[in-house]
Amino acid sequence: MNINALLMDERDNVVTCVAAVSKGNQIVYQKGGQVCTLIAEDDIPYCHKAALEDLPQGAEVRKYGEMIGQTLTPIAKGHWVSHENIFSVPRDYDSEFIH
Amino acid sequence: MQFWGYKRKEGRAGIRNHVLILPTCACGSESCRVVASQVRGAVNIVFNTGCSDVAANTEMSQKILTGFACNPNVYGVVIIGLGCETVPHQKLREKIQAQTSKPVVSFGIQDEGGTLKTIEKAVRAARDMAAEAAMQPKELCDISELLLGIECGGSDATSGIASNPAVGELSDLLVDMGASTIMSESIEWIGGEHVVAKRAATPELHNQIIQICKDYEEHLKAAGQDCRAGQPTPGNKAGGLSTLDEKSLGCIRKGGTRPIVEVLEQAQRPTKQGAIVMDTAGYDISSVTSMVAGGCNAIIFTTGRGTPTGNAIVPVLKVTANAHTYQWMEDNMDVDLSAIITGDKTYQEMGAELVQVIGDVCNGKMTKAEAFGFSDIAVDHVCRFV
Repeated sequence: MNINALLMDERDNVVTCVAAVSKGNQIVYQKGGQVCTLIAEDDIPYCHKAALEDLPQGAEVRKYGEMIGQTLTPIAKGHWVSHENIFSVPRDYDSEFIH
Repeated sequence: MQFWGYKRKEGRAGIRNHVLILPTCACGSESCRVVASQVRGAVNIVFNTGCSDVAANTEMSQKILTGFACNPNVYGVVIIGLGCETVPHQKLREKIQAQTSKPVVSFGIQDEGGTLKTIEKAVRAARDMAAEAAMQPKELCDISELLLGIECGGSDATSGIASNPAVGELSDLLVDMGASTIMSESIEWIGGEHVVAKRAATPELHNQIIQICKDYEEHLKAAGQDCRAGQPTPGNKAGGLSTLDEKSLGCIRKGGTRPIVEVLEQAQRPTKQGAIVMDTAGYDISSVTSMVAGGCNAIIFTTGRGTPTGNAIVPVLKVTANAHTYQWMEDNMDVDLSAIITGDKTYQEMGAELVQVIGDVCNGKMTKAEAFGFSDIAVDHVCRFV
């Protein structure tokens, strides 16, 4: 089974597909040395993301172990995660200063 | 590690030995282009500002012009001004001469009586300077003379996954050898600014990094604008980057992991050695412009979707981990990093390979954008022309 997606951090809830994956086909990635799979529920284009779990509306989307945005709508496992269904959350800079 | 470069009386060594034909303002740009086309060894800058500006914009354009002139890759400078611009040629020349002992001459189109008379004098001056420059021998320079600017542009998801981590590894290896690197594009720290700030060598530098991002957002808000409306770009989104945060978290990996020892304003020259960051726009051409003005003698540029841009003063090396882009745009791409995506090599291995590639560029190997003679610049603006 060829790896066709990358998990950037074990805390992530999305993977990035490094080959286009058609709806109904397997997304294959590694997590901690284990090969994991899920079924693509949409056509996932090259370099785009798929959800690893059911994400309710307003859920944090994590890649690189960090929040990259929140969901605008519920996104079910295996579905395409894109700029159409997630948004950037304003930063709270004042909490980041070292005093 | 050492390289063959051109030692300067002040500052770092150059890896090129250009005669720079430098306009004071947009009105001198076309004459500069003609002069450079007449003299082998000369390069020109196309400048879109320098007049009808508020003070803050003038300060920025002066930092860029003097920074270009003082860049180590420049042997000498021929300035062409108009005569009625904000900072005329004599004044710009004096400013440059206060910072460097390299040869600088200047002419004004209104003083000389028009374009042709100015070009004739400037060509003669540039020809003589290029002849002298050609006599300067290369000398063995320590890698600590390298100030590598790190840029990304036309990013897609391969940038954050592969090419930026590989360049981050390159940065770490160079810093460990004693060289310095600059990561810029502060708007593309937003969403990952806490990660950048963790690398700060002191609490003061940590807070400067956070403050830069806060100020950037407030600056745009004051003009009724939102950075998230322009970032990510349509091309980034098509390439799988969904939010500014996702783009940023990939972007910041190109700076590596070593402690950040200095935080610079746009186009400012560093005073420290090591891993450095600079507050610039995410607009790649503008960011490269500012890093070149800050004294970088080489630029490495990661891309996903592919970009042709270059800089007249400093070689710009294009690297991509998108195999399609590398093959489809091979005339613009220098290094293929797609083995990281296929799993054939790690980003650490490719980063180590890039050390040799940068060494070759330092020793004189032309990058593709350099061989094409590209001269792209963009000067950042605080507000509208007046």
